[in-house]
Amino acid sequence: MAKPASNLAKSGNAFLNWVDQRLPVTAFWEATMTGYYAPRNFNFWYYMGVLSLVVLVIQILTGIFLTMHYKPSAAEAFASVEYIMRDVEWGWLIRYMHTTGASFFFIVVYLHMFRSFLYGSHRAPRELVWIFGMLIYLALMAEAFMGYVLPWGQMSYWGAQVIINLFGAIPSIGEPLTEWIRGDYFISDATLNRFFALHVIALPLAILGLVLLHLVALRENGSNNPDGIEIKANKDENGIPKDGIPFHPYYTIKDTFGISMFLMVFAFVIFFWPEAGGLFLEHDNFVPADPLVTPTHIKPVWYFTPYYAILKAVPDKLMGVILMFAAVGILFFLPWLDRSPVKSIRYKGLWYKVMLALFAIAFVRLGMLGMSEGTPAQTIEMRVWTFVYFAFFVLLYFLSPRASTKPLPERLTH
Amino acid sequence: MPTDGVNKRRRRFLVATTSAVGAVGVGFAAVPFIKSWKPSAKAQAVGAPVQVSLDGLDPGQIVKVQWRGQTIGVLRRSPETLALLPEVDNDLRDPESQESEQPPFAQNESRALKDEYLVVNMHCTHLGCVPQLVPQVGPQPFDDNWKGGFFCPCHKSKFDMAGRVYRGVPAPANLRIPPYSFLDDSTLIIGVNPEGAV
Repeated sequence: MAKPASNLAKSGNAFLNWVDQRLPVTAFWEATMTGYYAPRNFNFWYYMGVLSLVVLVIQILTGIFLTMHYKPSAAEAFASVEYIMRDVEWGWLIRYMHTTGASFFFIVVYLHMFRSFLYGSHRAPRELVWIFGMLIYLALMAEAFMGYVLPWGQMSYWGAQVIINLFGAIPSIGEPLTEWIRGDYFISDATLNRFFALHVIALPLAILGLVLLHLVALRENGSNNPDGIEIKANKDENGIPKDGIPFHPYYTIKDTFGISMFLMVFAFVIFFWPEAGGLFLEHDNFVPADPLVTPTHIKPVWYFTPYYAILKAVPDKLMGVILMFAAVGILFFLPWLDRSPVKSIRYKGLWYKVMLALFAIAFVRLGMLGMSEGTPAQTIEMRVWTFVYFAFFVLLYFLSPRASTKPLPERLTH
Repeated sequence: MPTDGVNKRRRRFLVATTSAVGAVGVGFAAVPFIKSWKPSAKAQAVGAPVQVSLDGLDPGQIVKVQWRGQTIGVLRRSPETLALLPEVDNDLRDPESQESEQPPFAQNESRALKDEYLVVNMHCTHLGCVPQLVPQVGPQPFDDNWKGGFFCPCHKSKFDMAGRVYRGVPAPANLRIPPYSFLDDSTLIIGVNPEGAV
């Protein structure tokens, strides 16, 4: 049955008309692109969302091709990765794209999340956007961890040993739980095989689903902006926000530029600095896994080290694990911890700028300390920054409703 | 959904009971999938006892073997090493192994069946790394007053020459002692307790 003509796109294209009657292609394009009005003042920080989508696509594409050569067994995994690097045509490029992509995923995601801290993008009515984003972040951490186990190098093996044993700290159910996760009494072929399944099927599916929810929730209220005021409060006679511009072509063009710049940096790292001095690919992981020898200095990849430092800072197994998980978990509550009447840092005043700067320094310093050997002086410094990390959220909750703010503008500023 | 002439209570009841029965079904259906993650019959069968020959193991030397995927260390201790053990008691979290895992015969100062041989599961009770044996007595980068023992590179846990954990480190308990016994003076079997000792 043909739909009423008024619902159809005013397109002269007969084929498009035919499709539109069966699949709402034009309507979808208009709703999410040409008829979707985004704030006109997006800056550098607003590249990170689309960049994480780009990296997701890169990871899925390169990942599919890696599975064609990789062997998920303890006996063959390490050799099959070397086989990809040496014998498969362009295998080194596909693998370096994947390993570099993993680190760049976290770079853009951390910047993406920091944008929220700056402009209050997680505040009402966008709490669910933030929650879905946090769930993506969790799934991404699991995905990255399991991916790092697959090459079956020393750091893969002992990293897995440490991370899985974190769950052993849970009273009474801890030990059986770790055994259940490993599928054996130690990290073994069974562990590698199931991590492979989770890494290539289960978690990517979960991430894709969550990304869809993240985007649908975002489009429902539209993006926040650096001023943190709602553009929909100021509409013209046609119901179009005065400070809005159509996502297409304006932001598709801007994003294309950003993606091009990103890919240049990405390509530079792939071709000239793929190990990033041991940051993206750790030296110990070029040694095959050996259950009898623990490397002298175990550390996770850089994107986990801030939390790892918090774990190391606490001289108690259970408390260390609790605090480490709390460091991630507290982020979920950010939309409700910030009770300031304004969203953006631009109108929050000096107190928030100082707090956020300290928080950012704490996160970076913890990341650096998490990679360190951990001398007594460094342990004390880890404790200090751990305190600063958590103090940010506590102070935010109590200070944000009381601290003075600057007056909000009627319209977006430049 | 039409609502005219509908018995809403009955509809709610039917929806609730259908959902509950469905949830129970999903729960049962999940069991095989969850249980499939447990160690397989094959993995369980590989847990056979391991024999270790003590011939040629000099005092101060350690030999490492694998038993059930765990690294088991067999350390021969000199009388001087054994004499140092009581000296560190005050710095230990659990010097008498009250809250640690070991066969009853190893709940003593040397944590061993025969004082000379320490048979110990080398995996740190914190997060499972294998600590290094640092037998030298004297200042170390991690301890100015080191009396010899095990040091975990992962998270700086320290244990003495009997695998007993120091205070102020992340590991919560002493290194585990596996079940073992001696077949004869120079052969050890890991995974079997001596008869009568259990």
